[in-house]
Amino acid sequence: MEPGMVVSISKLCKSYHRGGQVIPVLSDISFDIAEGEFLALMGPSGSGKSTLLNLIAGIDQPDSGSIVIGGVDVTQLTETELAHWRALNVGFIFQFYNLIPVLTAFENVELPLILTSLSRAERREHVTMALKVVGLEDRMDHYPGQLSGGQEQRVAIARAIVTDPAILVADEPTGDLDRVSAEEIMGLMDRLNTESKKTIIMVTHDPRAAKKAHVVRHLDKGVLTNAHSQDTL
Amino acid sequence: MHILKILFKNAFRHKLRTGLTIISITIALLAFGLLRTVIDAWYAGVEASSAYRLVTRNAVSIIFPLPLSYKDRIRQVDGVSAVSWGNWFGGIYIDEKNFFANFAVDARTYFDLYREYAIPDDQRTAFMRDRKGFVAGRKLAQRFGWKIGDTVVLKGTIFPGNWEFVMRGIYRGRDPNADETVFVFHWDYLNETLKKAASTRVDQVGFYMVGIRDPARATSITDAVDSLFKNSYAETITETEKAFTLGFVAMSDAIITAIELVSFVVIIIILAVVANTVAMSVRERTNEYAVFKTLGFGGWRVAGLILGESIVITMLGCAFGVAATYPAAQIFGKAMGAYFPVFHVSPGTLLLDVAFSFVVGILAALVPIYRTLRMRIAEGLRMVE
Repeated sequence: MEPGMVVSISKLCKSYHRGGQVIPVLSDISFDIAEGEFLALMGPSGSGKSTLLNLIAGIDQPDSGSIVIGGVDVTQLTETELAHWRALNVGFIFQFYNLIPVLTAFENVELPLILTSLSRAERREHVTMALKVVGLEDRMDHYPGQLSGGQEQRVAIARAIVTDPAILVADEPTGDLDRVSAEEIMGLMDRLNTESKKTIIMVTHDPRAAKKAHVVRHLDKGVLTNAHSQDTL
Repeated sequence: MHILKILFKNAFRHKLRTGLTIISITIALLAFGLLRTVIDAWYAGVEASSAYRLVTRNAVSIIFPLPLSYKDRIRQVDGVSAVSWGNWFGGIYIDEKNFFANFAVDARTYFDLYREYAIPDDQRTAFMRDRKGFVAGRKLAQRFGWKIGDTVVLKGTIFPGNWEFVMRGIYRGRDPNADETVFVFHWDYLNETLKKAASTRVDQVGFYMVGIRDPARATSITDAVDSLFKNSYAETITETEKAFTLGFVAMSDAIITAIELVSFVVIIIILAVVANTVAMSVRERTNEYAVFKTLGFGGWRVAGLILGESIVITMLGCAFGVAATYPAAQIFGKAMGAYFPVFHVSPGTLLLDVAFSFVVGILAALVPIYRTLRMRIAEGLRMVE
């Protein structure tokens, strides 16, 4: 890994097995992600973007290759070690928010903190702060069903940042939102990147969302085609 | 936010489904509790039997009598403290459906031997003075509304005729297992009436009740009693009161076994109901469990959420089932009092309720847990309800 790099991916391969057939998804992927970088992964459907994101986030395992994040090769960790590692290092933002409907916004954001040794008061402090960052401190007692899509995604972002992870991974974070809400979410992610120095890896189809990224990498049929830095860098 | 809160919120996410499942568990446990109580009631006589008493009967069969003269010889056996005797009378009160146990007993010795039947001194004295008097258990007197001084007529089946008795006492059980539905009257009244009729059944008793000083010597005393009458025209079999009562219960062994089997089938039905509910809930929430795993919840924590939800549902059903068993048993006991004189829900039954509910809660969650543990997070996240 080069100095200043937080993620180093080397010769990564991944395939799926369906009905005796081997379907290659990612072929020999190698690249690095710098600390504090905002990376957008783009490409057509089925190009392997989400699979690559899942591998980086430690929620899937490659066939071969390595992913070193902060000095740890996550491909060598056991399920239990991976769970612990994810809880500490990665915040997740999903396309469909994936909030737990029977929990309030506060309780949803508090979920990752249950795994820590923080006291109840400390947890409350962290959750309130995270909800304040996303501008929803006045909605903490609302259930997901009582919030708009944009608000739900902001709760999901609060949940992603409440443990203060170094990396945020986002899979189509604006894919289910209208234009105004999508712009709000991208603005929020941009702030998290610039002000809180979070490394963000985002899969998106949306060119407007991708514009917020420093680097855009394109995938096609499991192969990285090109990468370019943007003016915002 | 506590994990328990998540468990309850998850358990009641589908209120109707969870409610119906809890009702099913409640009804099933109520049925289980009642069936177990019926079995307990069947064995109540065995449980209530005293280790300090033996029963001597004709070796051929209980329906063959023994001579009254045996009483003096039995009393002389080393270790015997008292001897009483009686006959099954088999009288019918108004109608056959009013069945209750009625015995002709030796009034002088009976209540000394059966100290679990408490009768006030004045009533006992009145009973002793009246040759036609009878004493009934509290529940029996309540059942027919008998009061002291009432005349009751029993129609004899073994000893034909209409037999008139006057109520002189009501006994109460000193412990919950004591049978309070027995009707006892003077054996002398029966014997003297038979004498008047010049019956061949005079001075014949159905069985002897033998008090012993040391239960540890029961075997040697039974042998000693039976050896007294070996090779006589009426040989005896003496056994502990428990063995004697068990002999009667054993006649209904097949029915008890069937009830026991049905009670366990009920548990299997609960298991199927809860397993179905938990499996449906977990399948609907595959995506959420994938999210939990993504957030860093290890496999066993997620397993704990599923297991906890299953146990919350079963234990709530258990609590309602146990609570409903008491009043139901009371109603059932009243309605079936003639057949089950002692009908109490035992602590053992409640323990079984709780234990089985807990086990059902665990078993019902096993398959969903296994599936969730095996689920790959990326696949789980793709599943949308």
